[in-house]
Amino acid sequence: MHELAEKYLRKEALPLLFCPGCGNGQVLNATVRAIDELKVRDDLAAVSGIGCSSWIPVYLDIDVLHTLHGRALAYAQGLKLSRPDKKVIVFTGDGDCGGIGGNHLIHAARRNIDITVVMINNYIYGMTGGQKAPTTPYRSKTKTSPYGNDENPFDVSKVVMAAGGTYVARWTTNQPVQIQKSIQKAITHKGFSFLEIMTQCPVQTGKYIFKNQDPWETMQWYKDRSATKAEDIEKGSDQFLLGEFVEDVEEEFCERIARERDGLC
Amino acid sequence: MRKMVKVKEHGLKILQGNEACVEGAVAAGCQFFAGYPITPASEIAEYMAHKLPTCHQGTFVQMEDELASISAITAARWGGNKSMTATSGPGFSLMQEGLGYALVTETPTVIVNVQRGGPATGQPTVSSNQDIYQARYGSHGDYELIVLAPASVQEMFDFTVKAFNLSEEFRVPVIVLADEIIGHMREKILIPEEVELLEVESPKHCKEPYRADDRLIPPSVEFFQGHNLIIDGQLHDEKGNRAGHDLEISEKLVERLNHKITQNIDAITDIETYETEEASIILVSYSSVSRSALSAVKKARAKGVAAGWIKVNSVWPFPEKALKELTASAKTVMVPEMNIGKYYREVRGILPDQKVVSVPLVGGKLHKPDDLLALILKEAKACTN
Repeated sequence: MHELAEKYLRKEALPLLFCPGCGNGQVLNATVRAIDELKVRDDLAAVSGIGCSSWIPVYLDIDVLHTLHGRALAYAQGLKLSRPDKKVIVFTGDGDCGGIGGNHLIHAARRNIDITVVMINNYIYGMTGGQKAPTTPYRSKTKTSPYGNDENPFDVSKVVMAAGGTYVARWTTNQPVQIQKSIQKAITHKGFSFLEIMTQCPVQTGKYIFKNQDPWETMQWYKDRSATKAEDIEKGSDQFLLGEFVEDVEEEFCERIARERDGLC
Repeated sequence: MRKMVKVKEHGLKILQGNEACVEGAVAAGCQFFAGYPITPASEIAEYMAHKLPTCHQGTFVQMEDELASISAITAARWGGNKSMTATSGPGFSLMQEGLGYALVTETPTVIVNVQRGGPATGQPTVSSNQDIYQARYGSHGDYELIVLAPASVQEMFDFTVKAFNLSEEFRVPVIVLADEIIGHMREKILIPEEVELLEVESPKHCKEPYRADDRLIPPSVEFFQGHNLIIDGQLHDEKGNRAGHDLEISEKLVERLNHKITQNIDAITDIETYETEEASIILVSYSSVSRSALSAVKKARAKGVAAGWIKVNSVWPFPEKALKELTASAKTVMVPEMNIGKYYREVRGILPDQKVVSVPLVGGKLHKPDDLLALILKEAKACTN
């Protein structure tokens, strides 16, 4: 076992429940490296909802609250507000965060509360067996869109930017170094940080959306369609932008509450 | 360890029930309140927003909905803050999801439901006891919890303090099942100079947050104490690791979650009585209706009828043994309540050999003492004939 795995993983919870080729392990890897680099282990708690990606923190040997579908951000805010001196990181999926938990997401972003959100986007409801998600592309066939998805997908990062998130970035599993650096930046950033990671789900997304269950093919598909410069994106195409979109300095929610409370004493 | 803690703003006052609830919470050491406005519970959030930041160095946050509110208070308790929320009808329905999470993770927290009339939006400004079953059975799955039903402004204070103590003692969410009448009524209240609070000692090292003691209660632990806890809504083993797939471990946990309340029912049961010894007609009441019931029983006594009164403060877990004993002498037991006749079913179920009469009232009407008196007199006459 790698020394960082030895040091940071909850060994009794192993082996990982992720399917072979899943991107969640890569995110866990980057997270462990980020925690080690920042030396924040004792001051960090993780919160997650329901779905495959919400299992990422279960393997971290830190305080972990594995909560209800969609509610991770509501729990995370309660935890952060009760201990503003500590750091809270949330692991969630596109359905957990952008679907059932969408309302909590926009309000957490609006409050600019100091929480790091790592949203794993695999375009699909994986754990329940391949149903369409709020991020599933138009016309994609899934188990609940057998004739093609009639809905437009959500760009969750854009939603967070509009709602007031002060650090927003997006990467794919093709950029493990950038993911780790962004997690470090997000944990250090005072305010609401949102990191979207596009991952491969060979079992569900591969089967239904990409019609190819080779994880490498999905990663390649991401590589071919992503760019880090807006001018490289062709309008109306299925290309998408990667990078750090927002890095703002604004007063954080807990600090604001503390400042206003001090004024009352 | 129980210790006496001074209450800052003590003394004789005239307060609204919802205000008294806040005073009780603050006296009990509540440090975190998350809520969402809803009639007739809004005053609790409003007064909390006013009080928590100033006198108590606590945190008030208005969440985006009741789903978020109960989630936030549950997590805040894991962060080490005593926490509470307050709501009514539709909000209480939304909270059932998070209530289940608090139950299975054994999180001590307090939820106040100032009942309105339902179903749905129902009667926002009108009182009822319609949530008596929802408070007990509202969330999915098998569980037991503690529900206290105050019947006065004084009890809004006292029962809120008690709810915090019980939640800490049994590591369970406790519901204060108030109603619009009690929440909005103003009356005299004596806030004591000090209240007794339970402080459960935390273990220094804990690798098994769900290893229960002889009373089936797990240790009082929280985050950031170096335990590296895993707290999961899925059924889990004593370490907290998921075990929903393990039928033996799951059976043990569900049984313990239920038995930790039912086995300790004597320590939870809280019942008041008036003239029940040798009474032939006994009114079993709870909540605001108990005031009308007591008045009617006193009037009946003045007319020479051997009537008695029972007020159940701890409505859940259902105090079967205590109620059986207290009603032993009664030929007739009446259960007046502001709903279609729900608690009646429980009472009827434990008293198969006695006449149990349901006295329901819906639409927001409160039983008038004279109406209850008339029923008692009619029953007394029927018994003597």
